[in-house]
Amino acid sequence: MYDTSDIRKGLKIMMDGAPFTVVEFQFVKPGKGAAFTRTKVKNLLTGAVLERNFRSGEKFEPANVETKTMQYLYKDADTFVFMDTSTYDQVQIPDTTIGDSADFMPENINVEVLFFHDRAVGVTLPNFIEQAIVETEPGFRGDTATGSTKPGKISTGATVNVPLFIGVGDVVKIDTRTGEYIERVGRA
Amino acid sequence: MRAWFEGEGFLEVETPARVPSPGQEPHLDAIAAQGWWLATSPEYHMKRLVAAGHERIVQIGKAFRGGERGAHHQSEFTLVEWYRAGAPLDAIARDCEHILRVAAAAAGADATALGVDRDFVRASVRDLVRAHAGVELAGDESAGALREKAVAAGAFAGTPPPAGTAWDDVFFQVFLDRVEPHLGRPGHPTFVFDWPAPLGALARRKTDDPRVVERFELYAGGLELANAFGELTDPVEQRARFVEESQLRASRGKATYPIDEKLLAALAVMPPTSGVALGFDRLVMFVLGATDIREVVAFADDEV
Repeated sequence: MYDTSDIRKGLKIMMDGAPFTVVEFQFVKPGKGAAFTRTKVKNLLTGAVLERNFRSGEKFEPANVETKTMQYLYKDADTFVFMDTSTYDQVQIPDTTIGDSADFMPENINVEVLFFHDRAVGVTLPNFIEQAIVETEPGFRGDTATGSTKPGKISTGATVNVPLFIGVGDVVKIDTRTGEYIERVGRA
Repeated sequence: MRAWFEGEGFLEVETPARVPSPGQEPHLDAIAAQGWWLATSPEYHMKRLVAAGHERIVQIGKAFRGGERGAHHQSEFTLVEWYRAGAPLDAIARDCEHILRVAAAAAGADATALGVDRDFVRASVRDLVRAHAGVELAGDESAGALREKAVAAGAFAGTPPPAGTAWDDVFFQVFLDRVEPHLGRPGHPTFVFDWPAPLGALARRKTDDPRVVERFELYAGGLELANAFGELTDPVEQRARFVEESQLRASRGKATYPIDEKLLAALAVMPPTSGVALGFDRLVMFVLGATDIREVVAFADDEV
């Protein structure tokens, strides 16, 4: 069991039957009253962030969650196949669990897979990936309007808005959290 | 700030930092100092000075509270504490309005943006709890009854406190979950008046409603800046509260402190008085827009 003195960023606890992680916490003592810990906690299954105030000494079950670094191998029908990079064990995760993360999850990339009671419940991508553009309209030399963009497709099939000078074969850096183009990093 | 107090006819005083009887508040822990304690506030000795005939006194000094560390807390911090004999509690609220203005001007802050260029909002604890938590607070209900009312109103954001939780702990859970986020929003400093009697500490009961006491807390910019009392001067009731608080401390496994007999003797001859403690570090945070007390002290507790 944890109590409020164990609260740290990233602590994983059970609340209302779901696993949560502590995002922010602060010691508070309202109006000459007892000490509380004011927190923002994130539901690891839904991503929803809640504010909760815990009384000093309040106890929590640790959440039975574990993250493993796994390599995404390939997609097989409705499941994504991953390999544990330390044991080489393979696990299959349904596409409903992967959700939109698939857009920026090219084959052979390493991701963090979250397990809750030994069941994979989500993946966390690296914040940035570098991917070659596989399909885009040619840029127009002479079009110097700043801020102009066009769609560019990467190997996952996802489309990113890229500047006009980017062509097929250019490798670009993408923020996986926002899906935004960051910069050109080279040629494939 | 010193010039403002001087202009109002205040005498600046100093009282001992190391005392045999620190504050009895059940949620404050004094730091031990060779058999005595570091004062958690200068309140007891300043009241003895009021009782001795000093009608307007102010002190700017250090106070010490064990185990307090957070974005708004340091174990060692600076309090501005002042007393006005013969004045109503609202006179202290007016003082606070002036002090915040003086501090904002000293910092070159925008008084309008801070909301200190006009009268502050005044609200009662009961009205706030009713409006934001949907709970009708009496002040003399049992802890169990308060918990039931709060559960029925859905006033707890998380798991309700277990049955048997003390009145003040039930109250503050509701207060933190539902009320405090609305207090002292940017540009709206707020006085929260009329605290329920179980949270009375050293405040006198209101004559027209003894279920609440003459107390306010000042919230500004998301900070709890000051706590003020219409001071309890009845030594019999004060002794009873000290005994009760001491028993509460013992039952929670906390250190107990001797009752300050010299204070009780002084209360017997003390005139009706209003007083306040204002956190100076937090005042600086408020006017500078700082979010962590570390930003306004040269050495935080862990940097000493």
